[in-house]
Formats: sequence, C-alpha cells, structure tokens
Amino acid sequence: MSLVLPLDAQPTDPALDGIIKLAVMAVGGQGGGVLTNWIESLARAQGYHCQATSVAGVAQRTGATIYYIEMAPGDVTTPVFSLAPSAGDVDITIAAEMMEAGRAIMRGFVTPDRTTLIASTHRMLAVSEKTVPGDGMASSEEVKAAAEVASQKLILADMDTAAVKVGSVISASLFGALAGSGALPFERAAFEEAIRAGGKGVEASLRAFAAGYDLAQSDAIEQPADPVVSKQELVAPRGPDAGRAAWASLEARIAAFPEPVRKMATAGLTKVVDFQDCAYGTEYLDRLAPLIEADCEDNKFELSSEAAKYIANAMAYDDVIRVADLKTRAQRVDRIEDEMRLGEGNVLQLTDYLHPRAEEIVGLLPEKTGRKLENDPAWMKRIDRWFNRGRRIRTDSLRGFAMLYFLGGLRKWRLRTLRHKMEQDHLNAWLQMVSGYLPDRYGMAVEILRCRRLIKGYSDTHARGLSKFDKVLSGARMVENRDDGPQWVARLREAALKEEKGGELDGALKTVESFAA
Amino acid sequence: MAERSFKAEVEHLRKGSGDVFTGEGILAITKALLENGVGYVGGYQGAPISHLMDVLADAEDLMSELGIRFEANASEAAAAAMLAASVHYPIRGAVTFKGSVGVNVASDALANLSSSGVNGGALVIVGEDYGEGSSIMQERSYAFAMKSQFWLLDPRPNLPSIVKAVGDGFNMSEASNTPVMLMVRIRSCHVTGSFDTTDNVPPPLPVKTALANPQRDFKRVVLPPMSYAHEHDKIDNRWPAAEKYILENGLNERFGPEAGKVGIMCLGGMYNSVIRALQRLGLADISGNTSVPLYVLNVTYPVVKSDVLDFCRDKEAVLLVEEGQPEFIEQQIGAMLYKEGASTKLEGKGIFPKAGEYTGQIMFDGLEAFVRQYAPELLPAKVLAPNSPKPQMPDLSKTVPIRPPGFCTGCPERPIFASLKLAEQELGARQITGDIGCHLFACLPPFEIGGSTMGYGLGPASNAAFDGGGERRAISILGDGGFWHNGLSSSIGNMVFNKSDSVAIIVDNYYSAATGGQDVPSSRARNKSKSTNNPISKALAGAGVEWIRQIDRTYDVTKMRETIREALTTDYKGPKVIVASSECMLNRQRREKPQRNKAIADGRRVELPRFGVDQDVCTGDHACIRLSGCPSLSLRKLDDPLRDDPVAHIDQSCVGCGNCGEVADAAILCPSFYEAKVVHNPGGFETWLAGFRRKVIAWLQDRRTSRRLTFSREGI
Repeated sequence: MSLVLPLDAQPTDPALDGIIKLAVMAVGGQGGGVLTNWIESLARAQGYHCQATSVAGVAQRTGATIYYIEMAPGDVTTPVFSLAPSAGDVDITIAAEMMEAGRAIMRGFVTPDRTTLIASTHRMLAVSEKTVPGDGMASSEEVKAAAEVASQKLILADMDTAAVKVGSVISASLFGALAGSGALPFERAAFEEAIRAGGKGVEASLRAFAAGYDLAQSDAIEQPADPVVSKQELVAPRGPDAGRAAWASLEARIAAFPEPVRKMATAGLTKVVDFQDCAYGTEYLDRLAPLIEADCEDNKFELSSEAAKYIANAMAYDDVIRVADLKTRAQRVDRIEDEMRLGEGNVLQLTDYLHPRAEEIVGLLPEKTGRKLENDPAWMKRIDRWFNRGRRIRTDSLRGFAMLYFLGGLRKWRLRTLRHKMEQDHLNAWLQMVSGYLPDRYGMAVEILRCRRLIKGYSDTHARGLSKFDKVLSGARMVENRDDGPQWVARLREAALKEEKGGELDGALKTVESFAA
Repeated sequence: MAERSFKAEVEHLRKGSGDVFTGEGILAITKALLENGVGYVGGYQGAPISHLMDVLADAEDLMSELGIRFEANASEAAAAAMLAASVHYPIRGAVTFKGSVGVNVASDALANLSSSGVNGGALVIVGEDYGEGSSIMQERSYAFAMKSQFWLLDPRPNLPSIVKAVGDGFNMSEASNTPVMLMVRIRSCHVTGSFDTTDNVPPPLPVKTALANPQRDFKRVVLPPMSYAHEHDKIDNRWPAAEKYILENGLNERFGPEAGKVGIMCLGGMYNSVIRALQRLGLADISGNTSVPLYVLNVTYPVVKSDVLDFCRDKEAVLLVEEGQPEFIEQQIGAMLYKEGASTKLEGKGIFPKAGEYTGQIMFDGLEAFVRQYAPELLPAKVLAPNSPKPQMPDLSKTVPIRPPGFCTGCPERPIFASLKLAEQELGARQITGDIGCHLFACLPPFEIGGSTMGYGLGPASNAAFDGGGERRAISILGDGGFWHNGLSSSIGNMVFNKSDSVAIIVDNYYSAATGGQDVPSSRARNKSKSTNNPISKALAGAGVEWIRQIDRTYDVTKMRETIREALTTDYKGPKVIVASSECMLNRQRREKPQRNKAIADGRRVELPRFGVDQDVCTGDHACIRLSGCPSLSLRKLDDPLRDDPVAHIDQSCVGCGNCGEVADAAILCPSFYEAKVVHNPGGFETWLAGFRRKVIAWLQDRRTSRRLTFSREGI
C-alpha cells in the first residue's frame, strides 16, 4: 500500500512502549488488593513510576472486581497513566479464577498481540451455576480454548491449590507466577523483597510465591479440572466368607454381560449390595438381565448401560436406614477428620442436622400397618407431633451414635417396610413402561430410563422430583408414537432439571400438548 | 471499628515541608485539608469516599491536636448542615459524602447554604459514584451545582492536582462567598501516587474559640427580604468573583500548542483517559505533551465564558469530553458560541455516546473519529490505515456467568432472607420493599426478595401505600444504618403515625456494614469518641411502636420464620417491627480471628466450628443452595458413574455460622448437613472421654463390618 505520510503527523513516542499495563481480575475477598499492593511496592522499589487504582465498595462483597496498575521506568518525566484498562491495551492480565479469565477475555483485556495471561484454573462457582437443580456449571474448557487464542503467552494452573497446599492464599502464588512469567523486568529477589516489606504472613506467602513461580517457569498450561472428588479404586470387598462367595458369583454373572455394560453394572451392583446385601444384588441383576437381552451391539448397548445405572439408583433409594447407615460408618469419620484437618491432640465434636417427618417414620413400619396409619389423618397428626422436629444429634457421643447405629442396623427389616413396597411399586411401573417400548421403540425406552434422574432429594424436594418425573412421563406418552418422541422426552427432562419450580417444564409440556393433541 | 484501618498511614499526615507523601487519593485529600487550616470536618460514609471517613476517624487524635473538630455525621444532610459554621464565622470547614445519592440527601442544606453564602471556606468533597463498579443510579451531581449555584471542581486525577484543588476550593469559596464542591471520581479516590507536602496549619479561628464569641450576620439569614437579595448577590457579586478567581489563578489548564485547527476540551477528571487515547493515536507523548490544543476544565461550574471563547477562537472544531447525561456543559458552551456568533463547530455527544461511561475504547474511538473528521493530517499512518485486521475472539458471553456482589460467607442476613423465603412459601408471596445496604443483595438470586429501593432509610416508607393492610400484609426491610440515617423518622415515624398494618424487618448487624463497618448509634462496640450501644428496640418503643420482636441470633431460622409468621398473621393492627440482630460476619471474623489464634497458641481451649455435607447422603438437588447462596457452600462432581449431578460441598472458607444446617432443618430439606467442631487444647477429661467414645464406636463399627460386605469407598 502506498500512502503519502502527512507532514504534520508525529512519530509515536517510543517511550510509550515502556508503560506496562497490568489488570488483576478477581472475586471479592480473594486478596486482589494485597496482590496490587505488592506489585506497586515492587515497581516503586525498582525505581519505576507506578499508579494503581481499584473500585472499592460494596462491589467487593463476593462480586467480580478489577484492579489496574500502570508503571513506567523512572527516567521518564511524570508519565500520565490511565486509571482504567482499555480493551486491546493490556500487557499483563492476572485472573484469580477461571471464569474471571473468561470475563477478562470478553472485555478485551487479553489480546494475542501483547497480553500475557496468568490465570488460575480453579473454580469459585457463581450463584447462577449452583442453584440449577441439575448440572449448571460453566465450561472451563471453553474458557481455556479462548485463552489459548486470545493470549500472547499463557500460564494456566491451579494457583489456589498451589497456595493452599503450603498454607497460604492465592494472591501469593499469583505474585509468584507473575515473577516466573518474566513479564515484568524485575528479578525474583525483588518480588520476594516486596512480600517481606509487606510484613504480614511473610513465610507462608513466600512458600506460595515459590510454588506459583515454579508453575510459571514450567510454562504450565494445565487442563482446567471440574471440582471432582478424588478417585478411589474399587477393590474386592471385605467381609464374611459367605458374603464374599455370593459376591463372587454375582461378579461372574456380570462377566458374562457384554463388555460395554460391565463397568456400569459393576458400579450398580456395588451400590445395591452396599445398600442392602447380595440377595438384593441378585434381584438387581435379575431386573437388568432381560433388558440386556433385549439390547444389541448396534445400539452400543445404550439401553443396558442406562438401565444398569438407573435401576441401581432406584433400588438404592434414600431412606432413614440408609442415611443412618452412612452416618455411622468408620470411613465417614475418617473423611470428616481429614476435611476438618483435625490436628494432633484436637477433639472432634460432630452434630448431625436431622429432621424426620411422620412420613419417614411410617415408612419404616411394615407395609400393612404403615398403610393403615398413612390413611388415618388423626394418626399421622399424632406421629407428626411426636417426631416432626429438628433433631441435632451428637454423633460423636455414645447416645447419639447408638441411636443412628440402631436405625442403620434395620437393614434386614427394610424389605418389609412400607417405604420399600412403595419404591418397588414405583420401580416396577417404570420398568414396565420401559419394556413396553421394546423392541420397536428403543429410543423411547432409553429416554424413559434416563428420567429416573429427576427423582432425588428428601421430603418436599423428593415429592417435587416425583411430580416432575410423572409429568415428563405423561408427556412421553403423548409423543410415544412420533419419530422424534425420544428427543422430546429428553427436552422435557432437561427443562425439568433447569429450575426448581418446574415452570420451564410446564411450558415445554404445553408445547408438546399443542402438537400431540 | 471500620473494616479498614488507616492508623499506620495516618502517621504520614504529620509530614511537613520538604517531605514527599506517597499513598492513596483519600489520604492526600486529608493531608491537604490539614495543610489548608481547616477548622472542622465531617461527613457520611458511602463508596467511594467511605475510606475518607475512615481516614478522618483514624486521624481524630492528630486533628484534635490541631484544634480541628471531627464529626461522624448522622447523614449527608447533617454533614452539609454542619457547614453552617462557615456562614457566619471565618472558619474553613469540609464535609464529605458520596454523589449523587448523598448529594440528594444533602440538597436541602446545600440549597440553604448556597443562598446564605459563606464567610469561611466551605468545601463539600463528593465521591462521584458513576460508571463501572458504581453501586447507585446513573446521575450527575452537576445539576445540584447549577440549581443552587455553588462551584464545582473536578481536578485532574493525580495526587498533586487533587491536593491543589483542596486549597483552590477553600480560596475560591472565600473569594466568592460561595460553597465549593470538590468532585473526585470513583477511581481517583483510590488512585495512588506522590506529592510534596507542606506543614499542617492549625485553624486561625478554632471552633472552640469561635464559640466563646458568637457572631451573627443578618444579611445571611435565608428569609425574605434577604433571600431575594441572595439571588442578586449570587449573580452580581459571587459569580463574577468566582470567574475572576478562576482566571487570575489559572485554575483551568491549557496543554499542547497555542494554536491549531482543532482543540479538545475536557473535564479535569477525564484528563488521563483523554491523554491515554491521544497517546494511542500518536498525538501525545508519555508525559502527556500533546500535539492537539487541550483545555482542561478543573472547574466545571461555572464555565468561564471568556476563557472558553478564547480557546475556541480560530479553531475549526472543538470536541468536548463530558461524561454522563444530560450534557450540561456542552449545552452551556453551545449557547456561548451561538450567542457570540462563532463559527467554531462544537462536537461532543454524537461523536461520543449520549449515555454510559467513557471507557478506554469509547474514548479512543471518539477522539479518533473527531481527529479523522477535522484534522486527519495529524494522525500517523498506522492509525490512518491499520494494516492488521482485529483478531476474532471466541464468544464467551454465553459461557461466563455474571458475578454480582452478594452476601459474604457466614453473613447474618442470609438466614433472615432464607426465613422470609420460607415464610413466603408457606403463607404466599408478599409485597416487599427493600432499602439500601448489604440486605439489598436479597433482591438477587437465590432469594429474589424485594424490588424497590426508594432511598436510604425509606424501605418501610416506600410501602406506605399498602399501610392499610389487607389479605396479605406487606413487608419492608430496613438496615441499622438506614434506621439511624433517616429511617427512624421517615419510615418508623410514618408507620406509627399512620397506624400502618404492615411488617418492617430491621436488619441490625451492629455496623454500617455495606460502607465498610463504621459504627452507628446501635453498634455494640465501645467507641472512645462516639456514643454506641443505643438499642434500636428502645428507639422503636420511644417512637411509639408497640409490637416489637427482638431476635438476638438471626441464624435460628426456625425462630426467625416463626416470628415472621407471627407478624404476618397476628390480630394486632398497628405497625409490627422485627429487629433481627447478629454481628456482621466480616467484622466479627476480623475481630475474633486474631484473638482465637492467640488463644490456641496460648494453649487455651477453643472450639472451631465448620459445616460439612455428607456427599453420599446429598442427592444433588441443590435445594439448600437455593435458600442460601453462601460462597462457601458450593458444588463438586463425584467420581461416580452412577451420579449425574454435582453434589453440595462446603469448603475451607466456612465460618460455621450454621445457616445451611438451620435451613436444611427448618425447610426439612435433607439430612446431609453436619457441624464439625474441632476442639483445640481440650481438657484432660474431655480427651479421655473422646478416646473412650471412639473406642466404643469403633467396636460397634467393627462388629457391623464383620457381618457385611464393605467396599473401599464410604458409600457407593
């Protein structure tokens, strides 16, 4: 391109390239202010002009916040700095959380021509992600992909864990990563001096600083991980010989299943045996087997896998006995002690928050008696008066533990209870509907199985789940003969999982009614 | 005690001539007040000047040494009214609050003050909360300067300029007998930098001395006929005096070449972002030397006509950089140029968007468009013809969730709103009005309670139309800060007098919490210079409220819900007021944590509570979160192929307030929650008992595992 340079135009001041522009994106309470102070005192100590700004106030209460720093070499006469970052004009962006990195990219504070992006992959879930009855977590993967495109240099690692592991907080590990990235023209020692000059929690901060420094030096681009509980390998169960023999024979039955189903079937079997016993496990496999038989390779055994999963979930329902059983296991106390970081010489006091209603109590009774009481409002009222109140049970005390231990020991009694009967009836009706669609309406059968996901929680939440389940199934019946029937069922289910009250589900059902009527 | 302590920084306020001060804008303002012989200071907290109040409070000792009176005023109106001391006495006074809402509250006093005029310099320092990060509506304090005719300073946002503006403000106020408002923008308050200090000057006439010799100038009384005279005095004397002072002392600044085809006029507060855009356009160097003539209005009201016309003379076009709307200055300058018959083209809104903050990008685009249109020859080639197309960025707008501010971990207000939500679930939805303060976060998810906020302390007043009661009583929220600011009279007094059949819930967290934990009259802390421990319930009774319920532990959700239910269903027809008191957790933790750590280190017995969720009992329906929104109550995915949805999880930041357990109990959600108290330094018997219990429990557990199959994982 030929363009005559206008005479009046001046060349851009080369000193302008000496301004370093740095933005810190954080969540209120993460210590963005501390990090900003360190960077500022570092720059000043190195003879730089430096200016920092922030928006303090109520926005800092757990909301997204931004700090902005500019610096320039000391030999420049009084540089004029900006008080806020501009899109496309930021050299270093530090994001103290994965979605805040995403926000920085959205706002243009990360551009491929200039920006070093230092981001922590850990997640602090926003309220909107947590309130969804299903899974509403935002995708860290998408942010990572965007970060790779948007940044000139990328350092991506779990800076929070790196800091917490050494007894500090994320501001220190991010400061270390800033040093390790080499994005600022200062030596490591100068950074550490800034931490020492700050004077608070110096040793812990320096340890986290070193951890962040190393992560940056290794050019870490870590896979952002969803908050997942660490995996524990399943090994053969311990227990009495007879039990183990029975388990072995159940395992042998699974070994005869097609390969793609085995993993889920094993998980399911483990769950129901853990819930009750091996005989119950046999019942599980008996329910599963005919569905596997009706399945085939061409369908990748989708039906069988879903059946293995949801039949197990349905059979291992959440009753009082199971809750009491889970709360009195040795592994539970171990986990809590670990989570609470119980130190040498400390004592742990454990209080469980329980609130049984009449329904739970009646559910524990034998079917006949239970039904009778259930249908007698006077009795229900009486039982409610006796039992329905919040109970704080000290599970570390002998009395509290013994009570739950006794309830957990009612497993053998369970199969005779009203609750069990109700669960069985519900399970049978559901599986009957599934089988009814086989072999021709395979897709419908799979989707009906998946609807079991809607039933979860206790008391009111459980009741609401059941009603959503019923609604989706009634919607399913309306579209069962359509080619796109399965897709509609999936859509109804997703709508039901999106919000608590089920308004979206009702809307989706109206749509279905409109064309199915 | 405020959230942030400036005790250490305040020592720097003692610096004298020859020293350099380095720090934040608000500290620089305080130092400038001391250097200018201020006689009394006051104000009311609110972002972005909350910290200025905190600095002043922390500097109280230093100020009393100098003979300066400090008041933590009850409201902005009270603060502005305090400037009355400068009406009759030659004493310099300064008050501070936030704009524009604080100015709204203060406007009564400001109007009277402006009518009277002043003898001593009267300075109102306003933190203008506009644009990104603002917590209020999008208005400009400018309108108040115009209507009451006081002068408005908007200095360049660097420490030397801000410090100079304080001195200019006092001098100009005295030269023109008019109060002056010094506006600092949201980021200028916390901008850091350095300036050369001078010695602190004690007030020539301290308030104590003045009191011994009362003065009264009849001319300054705001009553006819003097008030009519004041209007003429404003126009005939005070305004010309102000213009004269501005011109003689060069308060407005010119940068760049004298002459040019085009020119830029900007408000002082916009200077840095204008320079940044010019730098990026190749029209200014790093130190701000520009090749475009620049006129900086450090005084934005009055706009000096002769000065403006002088700058515009011989220019083809000028651009006015004025953020927010209406564009008051542009209208004034437009009229000046038109009446003068000038041919200079005035640009402003149009090139810039009418509404919204002038962000870096908008400033860049606006300046580029202006120069490209009127003087393209100034632009360097790379700006004229950028050769690289802008890179395409992936769209994350659907991925990244919004993150508005919310209740902190352990906030005592969370259980109040959880209870209210539960009560609504039981008794039906209600007409609810909110107020200003942290409790306003309740209108966001997950609570979504209340919609209107008419002003500070006006929560119950804004439900007045529904005071007559009906099938479902209305509810209003009021904070302790709002209660003492204005609520006691405007809201509670209103309810009592009008026999309101509605319910007010007063959220008492022992502080003005949202603004940074300043003390209010009902604070429980001891404050050596203020009177605290004045219970709200006593004030309510004094105002004539008969139905009062005091709750001293908001975390008791069952009781809280019970009380709300009672208020909504009782036969009593008059105003029903619930005072829900528990200490702000942020402040409580800051107070208790060091004590706790010390106690543990000293070997004393300390219980540390925290909550947890049994992941195998949790079914992942997240009902608990929909009644909480606690930052420490989050989710995690289980590594279990049988589970579809993430389960609840409480992280290390939990402070053990108990809200989640209480809610799970009151709403009968699920049995997943437990409280784990770690006892540090337990006593000998306690340790023995715990060991004994563990042994028995382990025996029982072994007994059971020997009779069943046990898998490695806790619950499958």
